[in-house]
Amino acid sequence: MEDKILLAHGSGGKLAHDLIAKSFVSALDNPLLAQMDDSAVFEANGQLAFTTDSYVVNPIFFPGGNIGKLAVCGTVNDLSMSGAKPLYLSLALIIEEGLFLSDLKQVVDAIRTTAEEASVKIITGDTKVVDRGSADRLFINTAGIGIIPEGVNISGSNARSGDKVILSGTIGDHGIAVLSKREGISFSTELESDCAPLASLVAEMLKVSRNIHCLRDPTRGGLATTLNELSEQSKVGIRIEEAKIPVRDEVFGACEMLGFDPLYVANEGKLVAIVAEEDAEKILKAMRRHPYGKNAVIIGEVISEHPGRVVMKTLLGSSRIVDMLTGDLLPRIC
Amino acid sequence: MRFVVEFRDGELAEGLITSIRRTSKRKVRFMEFCGGHTVSIFKYGIRQILPPTIEMVSGPGCPVCVTATADIDKAIALALIPGVIVTTFGDMLKVPGSRSSLQKARAGGADVRTVYSTLDALKIATENPDKTVVFVGVGFETTAPTVAASVLQASEQNIRNYMVLSLHKVCPPAIRSILDAGEVKLNGLICPGHVSAITGSNAWEFVACGYGIPCVVSGFEPLDILQCVEMLVNQVEKRESKVEIAYRRGVTPEGNLQALKIMEQVFEPCAAKWRGMGEIPNSGLRLRREFTQYDAEAAFEIKTEPAVEPKGCLCGEVLRGVKTPLDCRLFRKVCTPENPVGPCMVSSEGNCSAYYLYGDNGGR
Repeated sequence: MEDKILLAHGSGGKLAHDLIAKSFVSALDNPLLAQMDDSAVFEANGQLAFTTDSYVVNPIFFPGGNIGKLAVCGTVNDLSMSGAKPLYLSLALIIEEGLFLSDLKQVVDAIRTTAEEASVKIITGDTKVVDRGSADRLFINTAGIGIIPEGVNISGSNARSGDKVILSGTIGDHGIAVLSKREGISFSTELESDCAPLASLVAEMLKVSRNIHCLRDPTRGGLATTLNELSEQSKVGIRIEEAKIPVRDEVFGACEMLGFDPLYVANEGKLVAIVAEEDAEKILKAMRRHPYGKNAVIIGEVISEHPGRVVMKTLLGSSRIVDMLTGDLLPRIC
Repeated sequence: MRFVVEFRDGELAEGLITSIRRTSKRKVRFMEFCGGHTVSIFKYGIRQILPPTIEMVSGPGCPVCVTATADIDKAIALALIPGVIVTTFGDMLKVPGSRSSLQKARAGGADVRTVYSTLDALKIATENPDKTVVFVGVGFETTAPTVAASVLQASEQNIRNYMVLSLHKVCPPAIRSILDAGEVKLNGLICPGHVSAITGSNAWEFVACGYGIPCVVSGFEPLDILQCVEMLVNQVEKRESKVEIAYRRGVTPEGNLQALKIMEQVFEPCAAKWRGMGEIPNSGLRLRREFTQYDAEAAFEIKTEPAVEPKGCLCGEVLRGVKTPLDCRLFRKVCTPENPVGPCMVSSEGNCSAYYLYGDNGGR
């Protein structure tokens, strides 16, 4: 019979110690983690960014990733969206009794490779095991610390009239990929989640311009919700063009079938940048040279009219409001 | 994505709009009966690109919206009976009844589950043999055949713990009721697309012949709707009134005979209450006597208090096309998708929700 997580793995005793040593410390090895003290102790100079997020995606394995990859990408991306260079992450797992050790290994492997890709280190962590039914297989929390380079000032409230709105690629891939494996709805598709750490993409953008005013990753609530947040925070209007927004055929088809609008479907490896008009082309070019930004496009602009509202020019040339997501489109996609 | 993208082509749309603008001389009012059309019209801003001669009004074609408060109360009462699992489509959960909603009943411990098809409801019934699974069937001719099929399947497979609360409605009597009431004068009817795929376009002959109103069945893509409007304008200008189809890839004059047969086998017409329109004869569907054992209303004594309509809510008038959501004092202030007062704000095909989401200038 395949090895499973037992309640004793979370008891703090020998089994717990072995699990942590074998599954985490050796896999995620780095000097700060190896200290094995109650806190990781490190030095940092400059302006720091600090963020946290919990991951409860269902199912925990989905095309293009798993909950571990997501837990690293999500927090790395939140740091990156402040312009910070991600440095360190914490990793806390809540495991339901009975999870296959092989599944846990696969998740930790994904955490390791994604952290390596994003050049972040996992320097502290925790594991709890709860009785069957008290959690759904595996929940993860990560928190992250990053350092903001000199001269970078990125915030959701920095958008100015005349700025250009850049989208880094196709929308809706993550939401639809997860949904395609959901019990009760499952359908077959070649589509994979876009789940990716965006730190290096942001670094490339910052190399060519410091006139990046806002960055945000359109996760839950999709592109529409992100643009609404930015327009509200900056008290400006945003005008986008439907024809410019890239959507994969598979996502388009699934949305048609299920009655969703891709504008509201989640992404985990995309970003929206609001940048000064004069630097927009330069930034766009830098993005397109990066694998996670190769489909980047300018989808619209910031205007002074109707602050707090996002308006879209439709394919027919008419215009309509794009509102925030209301209610739940899809529960537990991240 | 073939058969979808083509129907959203901006250049082709431009051609249709030019033709409509050129042809349309008389001032007209067209009603789109179906909520799906309302959403497309708002989503693509179609009202603003039509010439000022054409006024569009939205009709009652949203099954969730027209479900009477008393019927919602019934579904909630069923959910509160011990041993009952209520299954239904997602939108129904949030619709406010007189005092509660299925969502609130669920939060209070009732077993209410969202399903994507009746097959899921049947599966839940086989997995829970000690419970009674009631599917709350809300929908028009589009949904009723699938629910009928589930009853036939339950009967074939001897699934005894599956039942239906049939709140289904059929569309032609509702249109007749609106036309007879005469509150809104119509010069053309955009006939529902999916409903017509089942009933066939012949179902609307009584509107064209009896009431002299041009009828065109439309699909749901912007080009479908523009083509439909163009055909209506042509009829109006030529002073004709006939039934035409602008949705040939989905609709025939005769409809889906197989679906109609199943529907007739399981259901029979009955009077039904429509929100805002009262009781309309022969507009509902109840299970035939042979299928009584699958009828939740026959199996349970469902006790409800007299229904109370939400104060100030204009859903009834909005559904009849007499008022728009902008006339409602609750709209956007008290009534929002998060805190809906009336069903038209809940349903994804509801009028108020379309105004709320896509622009409250009514698209103009």
